Amino acid sequence: MAKRLVGVVVAIAVFGALIGLYISVWATQLPGAVTAPTSGSGSAKTANLTLETVASIGPQYSPQHPNWVSYLVLSHGRWVHSTIFTLPAHSLVHVTLYQYDGDSGLRNPFLAQVEGTIGGVMTVDGKTVRAINPDDASHTFVVPQLGVFVPLVGVSSTAKNPCGYAPCGLSFDHHTITFSFRTAGKGRYRWQCFVPCAAGTLFDFGGPMQTLGYMDGFLDVV
Amino acid sequence: MSETNHFRRLMLLWLGASAVATPLVVVVLGPSLPPGNGSAQASGHVTDNTVLLGMATPVFLLVVVYLIYAVTNFRQQPGAVLEGPAVRGDARVQTSWIVITSVLVLALAAYGTAELVGDGAGSGQGPNPAFAPSGKKLQVQVIAQEWAFTYRYPSYGGVETPHLVIPVDTTIEFHVTSLDVIHSFWAYQLGVKADANPQVDNIVFVKPTKQEAFNIRCSELCGIWHGYMFDTGRVVSAAAFQTWIRQQQAVFAPVAGYLPPYSTTYLPQPSGRGT
Repeated sequence: MAKRLVGVVVAIAVFGALIGLYISVWATQLPGAVTAPTSGSGSAKTANLTLETVASIGPQYSPQHPNWVSYLVLSHGRWVHSTIFTLPAHSLVHVTLYQYDGDSGLRNPFLAQVEGTIGGVMTVDGKTVRAINPDDASHTFVVPQLGVFVPLVGVSSTAKNPCGYAPCGLSFDHHTITFSFRTAGKGRYRWQCFVPCAAGTLFDFGGPMQTLGYMDGFLDVV
Repeated sequence: MSETNHFRRLMLLWLGASAVATPLVVVVLGPSLPPGNGSAQASGHVTDNTVLLGMATPVFLLVVVYLIYAVTNFRQQPGAVLEGPAVRGDARVQTSWIVITSVLVLALAAYGTAELVGDGAGSGQGPNPAFAPSGKKLQVQVIAQEWAFTYRYPSYGGVETPHLVIPVDTTIEFHVTSLDVIHSFWAYQLGVKADANPQVDNIVFVKPTKQEAFNIRCSELCGIWHGYMFDTGRVVSAAAFQTWIRQQQAVFAPVAGYLPPYSTTYLPQPSGRGT
């Protein structure tokens, strides 16, 4: 009887430990960080971050969720599925973003204004812009702790050559968006998309909007 | 020693301990209780917490004093193996316990209601507040969404900003709502906490009395970035507020034309804003 009791207790303990291990591994699993290439030094240090947003990440990058909307980052000439970017502290960051997804509109039109970038502007296909029509927004790149708000214009629904799965090349219909901002001191800053672009989820804000590696991530400022 | 003596000794010990500890707790701990004195409502919370602590102290001491007394006086003596006589209940003790605890709870309920009637106590009262302070008020709308707060000032052209700045010594009428899931607007030092529900205009009144920064947090678990849904607000002088609000109107002029007309709630769909 006592042996059986000990056996049951040990089995429950082992099972509980395995569940705990699984949850802790799952909860702490993050995409690998991608370091943006830098140049210069001191306060003149600059980093170049090249991103793209796609309507579907595709089976190559995400076999489990090939249809999820996502960001990708360019690293050593290759598009990498990560949303954690390492940037130098107190430096100027130049962002080039290729936007391949269609528009779905902002829930809060206020976020259609560019804020917190150098000059409070961005360029869309070479044209300087301070705000966009909120209904034309496809995604946003927002770092609330740094006060950086950048709305991203969506590709027209009548586009003739939309990109299917990532990675999307420049031959597909897209907008090229550029902007610059300054990082603050060392730390981890979260960023996110504010456009409800995860169709089919609760308030279109589930799935890729609530999973690191898709529509939100961190800026690791070092 | 008779049971009556035990009871008397216990009561004397408890009354003595309470007489010493309760004023000490109220005087020493009371002023440093949360959330501070950033607003009339927050000061009210400090008073409420002090009253609660003052009432809880004798109750806590009764338990502790009885526990210590029982352990020291009623413990089994070395060599003794017999159990004590069965206790069959005591009508006086039971009645006293029920009466005293009922009076305490009812008194606290009456006190809490009186506090709410006074000025709303910094809590959300829904779209039709039962208790609204009289006089001039500044309306500020708090718009929650996954995962940030923004703020609209309807008396300043409905300008929206990601910053919350309010003037000191002015009654603020917050209208709290959400564009998606349930959030909660918690301005800690102001003693304000109000749920932000989609399609609901939750009104809360507060009168800031100190020029200071205050912490804003979402206090309703709302998704992956709930823990990052924080901000810092500021209470400033009336003149500084006027300067700031005009700056905000200028800064956010490019998007002003895209904002929907001011409304107490907004439809969550991007294609159907405004009600």
